[in-house]
Amino acid sequence: MKSLRLILPILILAGLAVFLYRGLSLDPRTLPSVLVGKPAPDFTLTRLDAPDQKLSLADMRGKVWLLNVWASWCTACITEHPTLLDLSRNKLIDIVGLDYKDTAEQASGWLKGNGNPYTLVLQDTDGRTGINYGVYGVPETFLIDGKGIIVAKQIGPMTSEFIEQKVLPLLGKK
Amino acid sequence: MIKKRALYSLLLATAASCTFAMKLPPNVDEERLRTLESELRCLVCQNQSLADSNASLAQDLRQQVVEQMAAGKTNTEIRDYLVARYGDFVLYKPPMKSVTILLWVGPFILLLLAAVVGLIVVRRRSRLPAAAEAMSSDLQQQGERLWQADAGASRKD
Repeated sequence: MKSLRLILPILILAGLAVFLYRGLSLDPRTLPSVLVGKPAPDFTLTRLDAPDQKLSLADMRGKVWLLNVWASWCTACITEHPTLLDLSRNKLIDIVGLDYKDTAEQASGWLKGNGNPYTLVLQDTDGRTGINYGVYGVPETFLIDGKGIIVAKQIGPMTSEFIEQKVLPLLGKK
Repeated sequence: MIKKRALYSLLLATAASCTFAMKLPPNVDEERLRTLESELRCLVCQNQSLADSNASLAQDLRQQVVEQMAAGKTNTEIRDYLVARYGDFVLYKPPMKSVTILLWVGPFILLLLAAVVGLIVVRRRSRLPAAAEAMSSDLQQQGERLWQADAGASRKD
């Protein structure tokens, strides 16, 4: 009984420490996405690079591709930009940009200044498509397979880990 | 005090102006909108509800809520619409599920634990008075003896 009295507080403290430590390593801003493993929501949007043309989800069928949500007003997008440019140079995968709540002029200017990694860019001026994709912080990137299923999602800047661990295996490159 | 009250009313006024800045369609009940919005979390500033938040996404989502209300959707349908996109996180009141069961049952388990510990402590304490009394009378006798001895000593001086 006496030894239990001594050990119990230590055990409780240890348990608390485990929970608190886990709390430290969790990022409260990254939410589990409900869309991973589900069909990508449909859209038909105007192209930034060719304003007379539209693109729908169905047009991407049969391809593995990335949908990268970005905006010219988004500061974190500059952080991920080199990674995207690198990826586009390898020409491994189509990167479709979703220009989220932005104007065509500003977006075009931004791409001219920073380089354009995108196969094509779609304009989501009112942010509706973004809402359908559950976007809550730009940048976000969706990895979509040939059947139109969202395989993975990156919240925040794109990383080389995401490319190595999610994108390349799906392409059969690793 | 007056300053504090003024500050509060200023805060309230700003909050109200953010919420009602949007023009509502005639068939949308403001009361119902307020209640529904206050149950929904703004995903950008996570400690604010849609009703309180002024973030651009929150405004867009509020717009969607209003449009769907105008289209005659029920609260459940609107909630489901948002949960399908943003997950349960968008709800302030998490649903009862296998992943959230600890969240719902946890407090009761803690309460039970506290009650058990409390009971043990109270039981042990109730056994204490007898021992304490015995000890205190013992001390009293000892004290009296000392007192007398002391008194005797000083009389001799």
